[in-house]
Amino acid sequence: MEKKYIAYFSILLVGLIFIARLFFIQVIDSKYKPSPLNNSAIAVKYDYPERGFIYDRNGVLIVANQPSYDIMIVPRDVKTLDTLEFCNLLKIEKDDFIKKYKKARTYSPRLPSVFVAQLSKSDFAYLQEKMYKYKGFYIQKRSLRQYSLNSAANVLGYIGEVNNVLLSKNSYYQQGELIGINGVEKEYEEALRGLKGVKFIQRNRFNKEIGPYKDGIYDTLATVGKDVTITLDIKLQKYAEDLMINKRGGIVALEPATGEILALISSPTYDPNLLVGRERSKNYKKLQADEASKPLYDRSLLAQYPPGSPFKIINALIGLQEQVITPQTHFYCYGGFRYGRSSKAFMKCHCGTNGSAVQLDRGIYKSCNSYFANTYKRIIEKYPTSSEGMKVWSDHVKSFGLGDYLHNDLSTGVKGVVPDEKLYNRMYPNFRWGATTNISNAIGQGEILTTPIQLANITAIVANRGIYFTPHIIKKIDNKPIQMDKFTVPKQTTINPEHFDPVVEGMFHVVENPGGTARWSKVEGIEICGKTGTAENPHGQDHSIFIAFAPKDKPKIAIAVFVENGYWGSRWAGPIATLMIEKYLNGESVRPWEEKRMREGSIQDEYDKQLLMEELEKETE
Amino acid sequence: MRKRQNNIFVGIDWILVLFFIILTFLGWINIYAASVTDASQGVLDFSTLYGKQLQWIGFSTIIIVIIIAIDSKFYERFSGVFYIISMLSLVGLFIFGSTVNGATSWYNLGGSSLQPSEFAKGATILALANYLNEPNRDLSNIKDQFSAFSILLLPAVLITLQPDAGSALIYFALIFVLYREGLPAIYLGLGFSAIALFLLTLYAGFTSSIIIVFSLITLFFVYLLNTKKFQLNREWPKVIVLYVFIGLFLFSVDYVFNNVFEQRHRDRFSIVLGKNVDTKGIGYNTNQSMLTIGSGGLTGKGFLEGDRTQGNFVPEQDTDYIFSTVGEEWGFIGSSAVIIIFIAFILRIIRVAERQKSKFSRVFGYSIATIFFFHFMINIGMVIGLLPTIGIPLPFFSYGGSSLWGFTILLFIFIRLDADRTYEW
Repeated sequence: MEKKYIAYFSILLVGLIFIARLFFIQVIDSKYKPSPLNNSAIAVKYDYPERGFIYDRNGVLIVANQPSYDIMIVPRDVKTLDTLEFCNLLKIEKDDFIKKYKKARTYSPRLPSVFVAQLSKSDFAYLQEKMYKYKGFYIQKRSLRQYSLNSAANVLGYIGEVNNVLLSKNSYYQQGELIGINGVEKEYEEALRGLKGVKFIQRNRFNKEIGPYKDGIYDTLATVGKDVTITLDIKLQKYAEDLMINKRGGIVALEPATGEILALISSPTYDPNLLVGRERSKNYKKLQADEASKPLYDRSLLAQYPPGSPFKIINALIGLQEQVITPQTHFYCYGGFRYGRSSKAFMKCHCGTNGSAVQLDRGIYKSCNSYFANTYKRIIEKYPTSSEGMKVWSDHVKSFGLGDYLHNDLSTGVKGVVPDEKLYNRMYPNFRWGATTNISNAIGQGEILTTPIQLANITAIVANRGIYFTPHIIKKIDNKPIQMDKFTVPKQTTINPEHFDPVVEGMFHVVENPGGTARWSKVEGIEICGKTGTAENPHGQDHSIFIAFAPKDKPKIAIAVFVENGYWGSRWAGPIATLMIEKYLNGESVRPWEEKRMREGSIQDEYDKQLLMEELEKETE
Repeated sequence: MRKRQNNIFVGIDWILVLFFIILTFLGWINIYAASVTDASQGVLDFSTLYGKQLQWIGFSTIIIVIIIAIDSKFYERFSGVFYIISMLSLVGLFIFGSTVNGATSWYNLGGSSLQPSEFAKGATILALANYLNEPNRDLSNIKDQFSAFSILLLPAVLITLQPDAGSALIYFALIFVLYREGLPAIYLGLGFSAIALFLLTLYAGFTSSIIIVFSLITLFFVYLLNTKKFQLNREWPKVIVLYVFIGLFLFSVDYVFNNVFEQRHRDRFSIVLGKNVDTKGIGYNTNQSMLTIGSGGLTGKGFLEGDRTQGNFVPEQDTDYIFSTVGEEWGFIGSSAVIIIFIAFILRIIRVAERQKSKFSRVFGYSIATIFFFHFMINIGMVIGLLPTIGIPLPFFSYGGSSLWGFTILLFIFIRLDADRTYEW
C-alpha cells in the first residue's frame, strides 16, 4: 500500500530534521555554548575596587567613599538557627525576620539577597565574630559615596543600581551593581569605577564550592578606580549656592582662557548626601515630586530662557563685522523704535537718551533698544532679500555656539534656539517677512532661546576677543591633565578680533560709567565688564540676567547669572555676578552688606504668586 | 467463533512493550535529573516530583495488567460509551473544573488532579475506529466524511474552549488517519496549502504574500494555457473563485492574527519566524532551552552533571521542556538516540497497524501512531526552537500522571488488540 510509505517517509524526515537541528545547536554553532559567566556550575565572585575620589581644581576633596556592610542571605543554605538570638544580634523583631526571609526566598532560594542593609561600623565589628554560627548568612562589604560638602549636587551626579536597559547594552555590568547615573559620576564612570576583578570558582552539583575553576586561568585582578579632578572651584560654587538661596535660576562661571567651568549652579539644589545609601530612592522620589521648584532639574544646563539684552552684544558684533555700523555710527532714540505704521508697532526703550545721539558705547551701557533695532534692521536689509540677510545673521549667531549642543562633558544639555530664514519662511509661508517682523531678535527677545551655560560661553568669547574653548568639567584624571582636542583646541567665531575692543569698552562702561545700567555693582579695584538683561516673561515677573567678565584685560572669569522672576538685571543677577567675581579674584568681597542682602533676599513670594496664577489658569481652562 | 486462550500474554508484541519500558525509564531518570535537589532523599520520597512520577509509573503497571486482561472485543463494543463519558467529562470541566495557568483543564481530586483531555484522545480514536469499522463506510462520500469529522471536531471544540488550543490540535492531526482509510488526498492538500499560506502571511505580511501567491498562480495558469490543457474561455469562473478564495483566506489570516490572537500567541510565532529575539521576556523559555541543549555538546555533561538543569534555568523543565535535560546531560549522542528510539517506536506501531486484519485495530493503530508522532514532533520542535511554543507533553517523558496514564492506556489497548489479531472475530 502506497500510503503506508508516505507515513514512513514523513516520520523519518521529521526525525532527520530534528537530528540535523540538534547537530547544529549542540556541535556546530558556538552561539549556544554558554560562557563561564552564564554557567551555573561555576560561581562567579566579583572583587569590587574602591571608586575614585573627586577633587576640585584646587585639590579640595569633594567626594570620597565610606564603607558600608550589608547582611546577605542565601535562603537554601540557611540551616536551623537560634532565631531569637540572631534577631537580637541584628536588632530586628522576629516577625520582621520571617518577613525578610520569605521575601528573599520568593526572590530566589539560590541567589544572595540583602537581608539587613547598611550596618553601623560597631555592629559590624561585633557581628563579624558571630556570623560563622549562622549558615546561609554572610556580610558583604560595599562602598558608598560620601560628600564632605553639601554642594554641587547637580555637577557631581550620583550613583545607583544599574537599570535593565543598560544591562542589556553593556555586558560589563551585572544586576545590582552600581553605576554613575548623572553628572560627573556618569560622564567619567569608566575612570572612576576602575575594573572589577573576577574569580571563577568550580562548584559541584550540590552547589558546594570546590576550588578555582581551571586553576584560575580566567581570573582577573581588580583595578582601583582613578581619582578625578574637576574644574570646579568648590569654594566659589558653595558661595554662589548660598547667594542663590530662595531664588531660582542658573549660574555658570568659566575660565575664558581654557573653557574650564569654575562654577555651575542650579537653584534650588539639594544635599548630595540625600542620594546615598538606604534612603536614596525615598529621597529621590521626594525630590522628584517637588514639581514647583524642581530641584533635580539642572537650570544651568537645561533651562532655555530668552537671553534678553546681553544678546545685544552679539548684534553689535555682527553689525561691526557686516560693516553696517562703525563704533561712531549714531542713532536717535525717542523712547523707543517705530517699526511699522500702526501705533502698536513700537518697541519701547527706557534708555533715557531723549533724542541725543547714541553711538555703540552708549548703546551698550544704556542698553538702548532703538540703537540695536536700527543695527539689526541694517544687518538684515543689507542683503537683497530678507532670507539672505537672515541667513548671514543666523550663521554669525550660530558661530557663538548657540542653537546647538555644546558637545561638552556634562551629562545633560539642550540646544536652545537660533532662528534662521527657514524658520521664518515656515512661519510666514507667503515670504512676506522682513527685519521688522522679527525686530525683537535685536534685543534677544524673539524666537531666540539660550541656556545659562551658552550665555556664559558668549561672555567668555567676548572676554577672549573672538575665540572659545568648549566649556568642560574635567581637569585631571588620575592626576594627569586631560589631553582632549575637543577641549584644548580653540574655536573661532565669524567675527574679526578687532571688532571686540569697542564692544568690550561698552561693557566696561555698563559698570564703570555713572550712567551704566549696572553702576551699582561697581567694585573698587576690579575692572569688570558686564551687561544687564531683563527678559520679558509671559508667564509672570521678568527674569533678571547679568553677564560679566573680569578683569578687562587678560580676563580670569566669565560669568552668566540668570535669576528667574528677578525683576530686572541689576536687581539680583548683577550683584550676584559681581560678588562671585570678587570672591574668585580676591577671595572675599569688599561689599559685605551686598553679600548679606543677596544671601537673605528671597523671591519666594513671586514664585508662590506664580504658582497660584498657574493653578487659577488651569481651573479656568 | 473465536476461542480465547487462558494465557493473556500470548500474541503480545514484546517489541512495543520494550519500547514502552525504555521510554518510560529514560523519561523518569531525566525527570529525576531535572527535579532532584538533594540526593540524600530516597527516590521513593513522594514529596518530590521524581518520587511522584515513580508512583504513577507503578500505578500504570496496574492499568496495563487490567487492560491486557480485558477482552479486546470490549473496547470495540463500548467505544461509544467511552466517547460519551469522555465528552461529558470535558463538558463537566466548565462547571467543576479548576483553572491552572488560565486553562480550565483539570479536575481537582483531593490532593491530585486529573486532566480529562488526556483520556479523551483514547475515547475519540476508539469511537473513530468503531465508526470506520462498519463494512460500508466510504470516506470519499460526503456524508461519511461529515460524520467522521464530527467525531473529531466535538472534543477539539470542547478543549479549545478550556482554552487549551495546543491539546486540541491533535484532533486535526487525525485527518491523516482518515486519509489512510480513503479520505481523498485533496483534503490533506488543502490543509497543507492553508498552513503554508498562513505561515507565508505571518512571515511576509498581507500585501507581500498576496502579491507572491497571485503571481505564482498566474504563472501556473499561463503555463496551463501554453500546454493547451486549459481553456480560459470555459473555465474562467473557477479561476476567479480561486483568486477570491485565496485573497479572502490571506485577509482572514491577517485579521485573525492581528485581532483575534492574543499578544502571547503572536509572540510565539514571531520567535520561531525570527522576528522577535527578546531573550529576556517572551523568548526566554526557548532561548534558555536551546542554550541548555547547546551546552551539552557532542557527548553531554553526564547524568546529574547538567549544571543548567540543576540551576533551574529552563522553566517547565520537568514537563514540556524535559528534552532539554536529555540534550544537556547526554549531548548530541544521547539526544539523537532518544529521537531514533521515538522514530523507531512510531514506525513499529505503523508496522503493527498494517498487519491488522480488522479495520478497527488498524484505524486504532494509525491513530495512536499519529498521536505519538504529533506529540513528539510538536514538543521537540518547540524545545529546539523549530516550532512555536505549544505546551503539550512528550509521551512517556514529561512529568505528569494524567499524560503518562493516557499514553499508556492508548499503547496497551493497541497491544491487546494486536495480540488478538489472529482470531477470527
